[in-house]
Amino acid sequence: MTAAHLRKPPGTDSTIPAPEEEGTVPRRRQEIMKWNGWGYSDSRFFLNEKDQVKFTGRRYSLSGAIIPGLKGWMESTFGADILHKISPAPALNSSAVQSPILYEAFLVELKSTGIPFSYDAEDRVFRAHGHCLHEIFALREGKIGRVPDIVVWPDCHNNVVKIVELACKHDVCLIPYGGGTNVSRALECPPEETRSIVSLDTSQMNRILWIDEKNLTARVEAGIIGQDLERLLDQRGFCVGHEPDSLEFSSLGGWVATRSSGMKKNIYGNIEDLVVHMKMVTPQGIIEKGFQGPRMSTGPDIHHFIMGSEGTLGVITEVTMKIRPKPEFKKYGSVVFPNFEMGVACLREIARQRCAPASIRLMDNEQFKLGYAMKPQASSVFTSFLNGLKQFYITKFKGFDPTRLCVATLLLEGNREKVLQHERQIYGIAAKFGGLAAGEENGQRGYMLTFFIAYLRDLAMDYYVIAESFETSVPWDRVLDICRNVKACIVQKCKEKGVKFPPFASCRVAQTYDTGACVYFYFGFNYRGLSSPVQVYEQVEHAAREEILANGGSLSHHHGVGKIRKEWMRETVSDVGMGMLKSVKDYVDPNNIFGSRNLL
Amino acid sequence: MASKPVYLHRDPMLKKRDDFEDILEERRNSSDLRYALRCYTPVLYKGLTPCTPTQLMGMVLQSDQLHHVIKQVSKETGVTVEDVGKEAADILVEMAHRLQLSTIRFFAFTLSKVFKTLFRSVCVNEEGIQRLQQAIYEHPVVLLPSHRSYMDFLLMSYILYTYDLALPVIAAGMDFMSMKLVGEMLRMSGAFFIRRSFGGDKLYWAVFSEYVKTMLKNGLAPIEFFLEGTRSRTCKSLTPKLGLLNIVMDPFLKGEVFDVSLVPISISYERILEEVLYARELLGVPKPKESTSGLFKARKVLSEDYGSIHVYFGQPVSLRSLAESRVNRSQFNLMPRHIPTRPSKEIQSFVNYSAYRLVRAQEENMVLKPWVLVASLLLQNQAAGQRRWMALEELTEQAVWLRDLSRQFGAFLHWPDHIPPSEVVSSSLSLHQGLVRISEGRVQLALDQGLGPGEPASAEELLNQGVIVLSCASYRNQGLHVFLRPALLASAILSSSSNSKQEIFNSFSFLRNMFSNEFILCPGATIQDFEEASYLLMKTGALKMNQQDVVIMERGQRMVAFLSRVLDPFLQGYQVVCRFLCEEAAEGLTEKQFVPAVRTFIIKHLLTGGLRHAEVLSSDLQKNALAALIRLGAVQKVNGGAEKGTLKINKVMVNSLEDTLGGKLPTQKAIAARL
Repeated sequence: MTAAHLRKPPGTDSTIPAPEEEGTVPRRRQEIMKWNGWGYSDSRFFLNEKDQVKFTGRRYSLSGAIIPGLKGWMESTFGADILHKISPAPALNSSAVQSPILYEAFLVELKSTGIPFSYDAEDRVFRAHGHCLHEIFALREGKIGRVPDIVVWPDCHNNVVKIVELACKHDVCLIPYGGGTNVSRALECPPEETRSIVSLDTSQMNRILWIDEKNLTARVEAGIIGQDLERLLDQRGFCVGHEPDSLEFSSLGGWVATRSSGMKKNIYGNIEDLVVHMKMVTPQGIIEKGFQGPRMSTGPDIHHFIMGSEGTLGVITEVTMKIRPKPEFKKYGSVVFPNFEMGVACLREIARQRCAPASIRLMDNEQFKLGYAMKPQASSVFTSFLNGLKQFYITKFKGFDPTRLCVATLLLEGNREKVLQHERQIYGIAAKFGGLAAGEENGQRGYMLTFFIAYLRDLAMDYYVIAESFETSVPWDRVLDICRNVKACIVQKCKEKGVKFPPFASCRVAQTYDTGACVYFYFGFNYRGLSSPVQVYEQVEHAAREEILANGGSLSHHHGVGKIRKEWMRETVSDVGMGMLKSVKDYVDPNNIFGSRNLL
Repeated sequence: MASKPVYLHRDPMLKKRDDFEDILEERRNSSDLRYALRCYTPVLYKGLTPCTPTQLMGMVLQSDQLHHVIKQVSKETGVTVEDVGKEAADILVEMAHRLQLSTIRFFAFTLSKVFKTLFRSVCVNEEGIQRLQQAIYEHPVVLLPSHRSYMDFLLMSYILYTYDLALPVIAAGMDFMSMKLVGEMLRMSGAFFIRRSFGGDKLYWAVFSEYVKTMLKNGLAPIEFFLEGTRSRTCKSLTPKLGLLNIVMDPFLKGEVFDVSLVPISISYERILEEVLYARELLGVPKPKESTSGLFKARKVLSEDYGSIHVYFGQPVSLRSLAESRVNRSQFNLMPRHIPTRPSKEIQSFVNYSAYRLVRAQEENMVLKPWVLVASLLLQNQAAGQRRWMALEELTEQAVWLRDLSRQFGAFLHWPDHIPPSEVVSSSLSLHQGLVRISEGRVQLALDQGLGPGEPASAEELLNQGVIVLSCASYRNQGLHVFLRPALLASAILSSSSNSKQEIFNSFSFLRNMFSNEFILCPGATIQDFEEASYLLMKTGALKMNQQDVVIMERGQRMVAFLSRVLDPFLQGYQVVCRFLCEEAAEGLTEKQFVPAVRTFIIKHLLTGGLRHAEVLSSDLQKNALAALIRLGAVQKVNGGAEKGTLKINKVMVNSLEDTLGGKLPTQKAIAARL
């Protein structure tokens, strides 16, 4: 199974039925998911009657647990205060949603195809946003902007072909929808769009069509979400191994359309390494390769027009993926370093020796503290005694400064003996950089953090704290500089913009490559006393992105461009590069049917 | 009613400046020894990784940057990498500081004694010190003092020690090293030594820049250097040198530090120790080589009164905000950062722009003593010729008038308002009694050296007068930046044949361009300067200006006349240089021969009474004039051939420039004016 903490171990009862044929996501997402926050409706952090943070529901390993350190962490990090609470609008007010623009002729023909569709306000609002801070903030305030006019649910490739044909015929704007987890404003309906906008929800195209065990490939419909893909393959003894942090909700088509990256890319590769074949429906027809081999030398790879196209060229309907036999053994680990500099040096060395495990991540001191605060209540006196002892050993005996130390988390997979040997190798290298093995539990909790951070944001927003993450990739020699400068830039800009509390600016080195690394930033602040917090937030994020670019970082490593980062595309790919991309768009979609206006 | 132009700049009168505190006062009341030995615990940079001078040298020698250059040099010269590495290490040993607190304590003790003997007070703005302390904690700091005296950097370290601030490391010229003992003492008080010229030496440049950058990036100590490169002998700010500024900006531009604070510091001396030395030097008596024994001979200076010193720590300038929207830092993304590259055009002009802004900041915070005004008036009076004696009452009246004017122009004037003006003037005169002669309630410059009145008869006599005039001018020059822009406008108005604003602007812009080697005039800021000058003159009621015309008001006559006289010596100097080049310059004249030749020419004309301003004897002025002519293309420096730096003179152009300076020709409309 994917990340172990996502779900309770088999045997314990589960509130959601494990569907055989049906996917996790129903057509009416609102049945299981929040309309104005992250994830499942039944899972959230809240402050119980004893003022302790508790996580609800039964889906996660943390569900039902009390997290004693979290409240204190929020108070000390953000200056959040339980007396200052701001509750979101309780339910969607349908009257706030503008009435849909409907083309009669289009509707008639759509009906005749038998493909389910809806212009219910809730359905439409659900598909009008991703998870950018300003999008969630507006929803919580009950503010609704331009939303799609119709939602359609094709359940196979042919349905998509029909919808695209109809859209072309009636000049309707199409915006493909996968899991809705983007943080790039990719799903935002362009306010200047006057045509009828149809959201093409791929969530019902969620079958595995075939598995080819000889070639280790599987043909999958592009609407399948990560957890379903892995669960279904798992039943057959295989995995894909693509685990972006959003894999509970994000879809295969979305991964392709944004060039996503998975936590375990060191073993399985990123999305571009995993796709063997794919089909996309465009206004000009269907684009696909006529072969399914491992590699070809036939001019520029047409897959690279599709990957990262962000819904501007067509709808990805089917993908042949590489699959692997399930790993026999898997182990978490962690290493504590005296400071971030040593940690980065160690990761660089591991990358140089090309011996990175499935995943290795280095969290800075701030994130280490957050991870520590996320520790559920110790189950026994003995465990908490042991924890105290460990802490004493590291800070007092080893002389680590608790305000500077940082931790690397590891995930190793494969043959049991090789994993153990690999682990020893990693700890050996770490020791040369002052690193101290710090146990499996710390490692596992580090990975857990990424699944709860979005839930945590919802809690924070109840207490006037707004936050988001962004990422980049950068050459090795720039890693330390970019981390320091971007964090300092955030702090300075917040001060300039009048933020009354010190902001939280934290980063981790999330992926290593031969020539560089992916750096992931968390940024948030307490906005009490600000009149337009979202505007301030966006100005600071903008400044941070400028700082990233000035420090040799990329515009994005895996979040994509969407609309939020469009303004920097030209300097990122050069004038000619823009011209090339534009000419592809002009040929494939001359009437801008796929009118999300992302990327270009 | 004429449309009212909108001026963006603030009223200079409103400039807020900090108060001063005399740090010698406490020295006079408590033990110097205890002061020198007191507990010293400065606030350090928050990101500091402490290291010893030896560790620092190790870091430099192991840096990728230096390794790259060592390999490159080895490849080019065929010398082994080890040997080049050794050479680099030797350079570093020769260069590196060995800052020790004990040496600082020694200086703290001795300088206390010396300062108390020489100076009445050493005044420092404490708010500036507090700002600096904060800056040192936040970011790596670069200290940029003005440079008027050898005293400057000892004084700086002394002040920082006094206020418990991090001690700086100081870039010093190699010439100090010839004074063995003193050189080593300075090294131990934080000086590091750079050869005066190492243009083509790649290895030297690499060691040097890496050494400075390593100290800066690690925030080991504030880096101190003089933007002007050398002591200004004329007390005018010098055109900034960009080399070191380039180096200290590099770590920020390449993302190695988040920001750097650049702190302009203005040190003003009421009386400069080197006053007469400078004047001699400008007149062609060569500069004595620095030697330890020479320094001891200089002991007689210890018996005189040098008034007070004012040190103003300016607002730290954030390099990051300076670069905002002026530099695209991502241009460094496509080359490994350890490979040295020539700065791009964009970077060069940014560094240049920053340097000018910083020198302007130094100028603006320079404290002016009443003597600066008195010296200006005495010089103008002397140049007027006929009656060189001036009644004290008249001088006082004029000084008060000038005091008010300079305040309106935003000068940082320290005129004690609680003392009657006549006393202020006479105490100024008595502090500078070597330069003036007072008799029967009248005063003049001490030009006649006890001889009867009359024109000087010999070159020697003339040079002696020159010493007095140039010494005096060096004080007047301290206040030049206050009057410069209005003076350029006043001269432009007087030399224009009509009231046309366009014509006056053209003339202004010609003069400004001509004098941009002489004064600190930011490149590309002609329009701003013109507007500032117009604003000041209109505000004081001297001018009326509408869209087309500029008119001098009745009450502005005196002001305009004064202001134009401010520029007179310079105008005459540039003209005479032009005339020399047209009339007298021999074929094949080299740059080296230029100054002696033009001096002989000038002496001849001064003796025959063809020139009024003895000031034009200044070699600084002559060199600046030549540089301007070269810049404008009227003179060409030919580097080939037998003689290096042969000057090729375009006589037609030089002649026409001379005429234009004399106001005989309308200025060409070459400069695209947007008015």
